[in-house]
Amino acid sequence: MIAEIIAATLKIVLVLGVVSLVVAYLTYLERKIIGHIQMRLGPMRVGWHGLLQPIADGLKLFLKEDIIPSRADKIVFVIAPIMVLVPAFVVYSVLPFGPNFYITQVNVGLFLVLAVSSLGVFGIVMAGWASNSKYSLLGALRGAAQMLSYEIFLGFALIGPLMLAGSLNLQNIVQAQSDVWFVFYQPLAFIVFFIAALAETNRVPFDLPEAETELVAGFHTEYSGMKFAFFFLAEYANIMAVSTVGIAVFFGGWKGIPGIPLPGLVWYLLKLGAIIFVFIWIRATLPRYRYDQLMRIGWKFMFPLVIANIFLTGLVKLLFL
Amino acid sequence: MELPFFYLFSVGIIGASILMVTRANVIHAALLLVLTFFFLSGVYVLAGAEFLAVVQILLYAGGIMVLYLFSIMLMSVDVAVRLRQFHRQTIFAMATAVLLALEIWMVLSRGTSYPAFKSFGWGIGATPGNVEALGSVLYTQFLFPFEVASVLLLAAMIGAIVLAKRTIDR
Repeated sequence: MIAEIIAATLKIVLVLGVVSLVVAYLTYLERKIIGHIQMRLGPMRVGWHGLLQPIADGLKLFLKEDIIPSRADKIVFVIAPIMVLVPAFVVYSVLPFGPNFYITQVNVGLFLVLAVSSLGVFGIVMAGWASNSKYSLLGALRGAAQMLSYEIFLGFALIGPLMLAGSLNLQNIVQAQSDVWFVFYQPLAFIVFFIAALAETNRVPFDLPEAETELVAGFHTEYSGMKFAFFFLAEYANIMAVSTVGIAVFFGGWKGIPGIPLPGLVWYLLKLGAIIFVFIWIRATLPRYRYDQLMRIGWKFMFPLVIANIFLTGLVKLLFL
Repeated sequence: MELPFFYLFSVGIIGASILMVTRANVIHAALLLVLTFFFLSGVYVLAGAEFLAVVQILLYAGGIMVLYLFSIMLMSVDVAVRLRQFHRQTIFAMATAVLLALEIWMVLSRGTSYPAFKSFGWGIGATPGNVEALGSVLYTQFLFPFEVASVLLLAAMIGAIVLAKRTIDR
């Protein structure tokens, strides 16, 4: 019993540590890739090719003065960054990283991921309201509406593959893709999933809650120091989590291409790298959507599409499987 | 192993609920209600109802409460806090509370022998994760009530859209 608890704790600490470090380096990767796409070099000063930049940034944020606006609701203002970061990390408890490398397996795994990641919006709403600033409030309002609607498409897009896998357990879903990855059976679902994932993580072209050209920094305008770092970390942790879900559901998780013997974890990391590169690539390429455009493509285009996808999957499954 | 967690969650539910109804600030009350839902879903997990626990978080905490906050955020809380907090309905509220307590006691004291509980045959925690069991029961034995509920929700949804659209057009 105690040995189990210790083993579980060690696993959690390991995953948390690795995820925090990777997330910190994602910021470096993003600046570097965007730099090269825009014919710049990106960070170069700290360490070889700027490799120590995330650590310098972290130290800087850690030592910065922590400002709480005098008219802010202090308790909610302090809790908000924690409410953003905690769900972002809790999600990792059920994600499959390798055949034997995961913290725990739950029967409702995928569902749990959706539920917990939907809680991140509370942090955004709390931050926006508690700051007592109009930019923050506008950012939070946009964030709430956007995440609430795109969560629906994200969840509905996953139903098609779920019907094929017949399980909510993420390891079982990965096992069900031994022959063919679900992205080939469910291309529509994957496209909708990817767009919804961009919106859920507040990434360009859907970064309206923090649109810097109109709202200063949106919901985290008034935050500084470590609290700001929390929002930053949570954003990248969410990107990694949603990419992992996408890999597990559409790209066969840790399963590789037959014939190339590599460990499951390596396959997972390769796929993760590829998907995150696309995330960054999109940020460097596309302009921001207008708010009404965002809602229109969501409800009038993607929503009917996912419903049709569920219906067609059910029909095909009933007739041919 | 489960008992201390049960007490933890129960104390959490009761504590957060009491705090919730005594807050003057509506936003704080709404956030405490979310906390209550969390502890409640913890109790569901202990009872072996994982699916219900996740739905509790996904729908109530992640969906409905965000909408609540969304609308509360737009009002001026500073003014609301200064408004009268009690509405001199003590006697009526006490009567309702006593009635409710009696009803709960009536149901709980009879335990599972209560007629309404008898038809729900599958034991608590029979299978650790009961998504499959829930799905098959929902779509066979309880298909009719399930469909009735769906039609009701659809009607409510269309009604809401019609009401909202009418004010926009004017």
